[in-house]
Amino acid sequence: MTTLSQTALRPSPARRRWRDNPVVDFAVSQPLGVAGLVAVLAMVVAAVLADFIAPYDPVAIDFEAMLAPPSLAHPFGTDSFGRDILTRIMYGARTALTIGFISSFIGCTIGALIGLASAYYGGWRDMIVQRGIDLLLSFPIIVLALVVVAMVGRNRVGGIDVNLICAITVPIIPRAARVVRSAGLSIREMPYVDAARAAGYSSARIILRHMAPNVLGPYLILLTAYIAQAILLEASLSFLGLGVNEPTPAWGLMLSGNSANFYQTAPWMILFPGAAISLAVFGFNLVGDALRDWLDPRLKT
Amino acid sequence: MTDLSAFRPSRRAVLQSGAAGMALMAAGPQAFAQETPKRGGILSFAIAAEPPTYDLHGSQTFAVMQRVAPHYSTLLRYKGGAYPEIVGDLAESWTSAPDGLTHTFKLRSGVLFHDGTPMTSADVKASYERIRNPPKGVVSSRQASLGKVGSIETPDPQTVVFKMSAVSSSFIDEVAASPWNAIYSAARLEKDPAWPIRNVMGTGPFEFVEHVAGSHWVGKRFEKYFRQGYPFLDGFRAITMSPAATVNALVGKQIQAEFRGFSPAERDRLIKGMGADAKVQEGGWLLHQDISFNPKRKPFDDPRVRRALSLAIDRWSASRSLGRISVLRDIGGVMMPGGQWAATEAELEKLPGFGKDMAANRAEAKRLLKEAGAENLKIQLLNRAIEPYITAGIYLIDQWRQIGVTVENHDAETAAWYASIGGDNFDVVMDSYTDYTDDPTTGLPKFLSAEKWPIAAPKFNDPELDDLYARQGATNDKAERRKLVRAFEARTMEQAYTVPILWWRRIVVMQDAVKGWTMSPTHMLYQDLAEVWLA
Repeated sequence: MTTLSQTALRPSPARRRWRDNPVVDFAVSQPLGVAGLVAVLAMVVAAVLADFIAPYDPVAIDFEAMLAPPSLAHPFGTDSFGRDILTRIMYGARTALTIGFISSFIGCTIGALIGLASAYYGGWRDMIVQRGIDLLLSFPIIVLALVVVAMVGRNRVGGIDVNLICAITVPIIPRAARVVRSAGLSIREMPYVDAARAAGYSSARIILRHMAPNVLGPYLILLTAYIAQAILLEASLSFLGLGVNEPTPAWGLMLSGNSANFYQTAPWMILFPGAAISLAVFGFNLVGDALRDWLDPRLKT
Repeated sequence: MTDLSAFRPSRRAVLQSGAAGMALMAAGPQAFAQETPKRGGILSFAIAAEPPTYDLHGSQTFAVMQRVAPHYSTLLRYKGGAYPEIVGDLAESWTSAPDGLTHTFKLRSGVLFHDGTPMTSADVKASYERIRNPPKGVVSSRQASLGKVGSIETPDPQTVVFKMSAVSSSFIDEVAASPWNAIYSAARLEKDPAWPIRNVMGTGPFEFVEHVAGSHWVGKRFEKYFRQGYPFLDGFRAITMSPAATVNALVGKQIQAEFRGFSPAERDRLIKGMGADAKVQEGGWLLHQDISFNPKRKPFDDPRVRRALSLAIDRWSASRSLGRISVLRDIGGVMMPGGQWAATEAELEKLPGFGKDMAANRAEAKRLLKEAGAENLKIQLLNRAIEPYITAGIYLIDQWRQIGVTVENHDAETAAWYASIGGDNFDVVMDSYTDYTDDPTTGLPKFLSAEKWPIAAPKFNDPELDDLYARQGATNDKAERRKLVRAFEARTMEQAYTVPILWWRRIVVMQDAVKGWTMSPTHMLYQDLAEVWLA
């Protein structure tokens, strides 16, 4: 009876081989994640190939087409300067992805290192770091970003506003540090960490070579989740006039300025950039959630 | 001195405004005089920018003027409901000698500062000396307008005499009625000439209560104000908010007014949202949007580069298109379009950057850039993060792109924008200039050398421009003066240190319940709020 039951539950060898491919396994087990991935890939394609596939120049003014509704010539309509909204959304994906990915990567990486170090050392050092993190976590993410951007102003290097990235990165660091520290606390107690200590390895080596690879799962989940958060923050700061400057195409910026005056007569001015922000955030969150579920061994048993 | 024909409410404004608003607009100054003011109430109004200073002498922005003006008085002022008629403010009477070289002002007696000390001729002298010869650490934005004042004498506490070194054809307008020339306490200035930069204390209708940066500015009625029965309001609250928020706040009755002006689209939204409560007033604006090039930086030290960038701007198209989405509308040179000193269309078309053949203009611009070795030019535009600056910036970047110039735009907050200008930290800066009377002597300093206009964005030295300015102010022959103004204008456009893009069109919308405020072609006048009342 027992043997029969186990046989019935075990996938066939052919199916098992098929599911051994991690990509296929992810696709089969996380269909919503795949949907999110499609949205993210669409965004990446738009950002990378904007120069080739966008129908118009994103900054070219055409007053003859001012506030034109969606049509074949302008599928998403035009803004108050006659600029094609579809084109600006495509180029806006470039702004969102660049700032979103860089901010999230730097924020999560620094946060992960701080979290791991805090977990590894423990004691009074852990307590000081955690109280500092508590302090930073007490500020809502947008408020902290606003404070940073107001303090450091703007500093464009190679077309990218480094200070804006800083402003978005800072609120991510304590959040990533707190999550990675939790994972790090259990890893610290693992026998292989004790073995590394006993072998006389330096703290830096233990943290980077032995602990860090074991928090890759949560790190990747944080990375994707905070790309969404960073895109939202960039859009919020640009909407408030503290982010990207005109005429650079940016989704948040497209919702501000003259959009406020024309949204009743030309709703496409806010509808499509708003949808782009929602879709991007939704897509990255779906991917992040799917990764979390897929990598979590508890959900596989 | 001022041609009022250039300033009148538009028919459209009257037709679009509510019934009460229409009645007021149609009746004009008569209605202003006939209505019986009601005492009491707090006026809440919006201001879109934070003040970089509290010092009226060193300011050019409405962000300072509209907050600080209610706390101060000037020698003379423009009469409520009768712009540009001038009446005494602190001065009870004034006389000018036939030769125009002496102006004597008799001051009112019993005028008190908010700290209870009496105002005398010593305070007037100290204030004007501060503007004429600003001490170290003090910025004077009106220094040029006092250039012809030789000395200021105070024979007694109630008399001030201005001795001129040369005739100034518009002395009364340019000096005594300037809303920037507030009278400060001599005692306070003696202790610290920079005191007014961070403190407020005058003889105006309202006492200063508080300023919370980014939030609000509050004033309360000064019970010992020298004009009996004024002000009508118990106080005012100026709230810092963006134009988009201002529209919603007006519709939602959270504020009663905004005095600077709205874009046509904002006006239409307000009329739709406020209905009969909307009072709409429109007219010309003594305010031009302009760009200044930094001649201390290469390649902007080359007039060919500056002229090329001015040539590339299609002002005629800008007027048609930007006029639909912003307050930028009228095409003009250095003087207000439609005014008595303005260039005619034919005269304008001869100036660099005002010709209607844009293909030829752009070809010439490219040729000049090539000749100057500045092809594929990359520049940084310092802009102000406020409308219509942003709109003008977007347009300029597109125009310059068409001659192969790449622009990196930087929209800065007001304080940061001023700091960058003060530190010469810009390639090209989007700027504006507002005047309070349509007179060349008050309108042209923006285009002068740094020596004559120390707060100018571009620091250059052009004796020819300065000489033309001095000569136009010294003659009473109108035809001769007009000729000199045209020569000044031509020189300005050729050298292109600072060039106008478009002039603004003023559209003010407020709650109909706000009475006694006078519409004028500048947002710097009638802001002491002494005559404003709430129905």
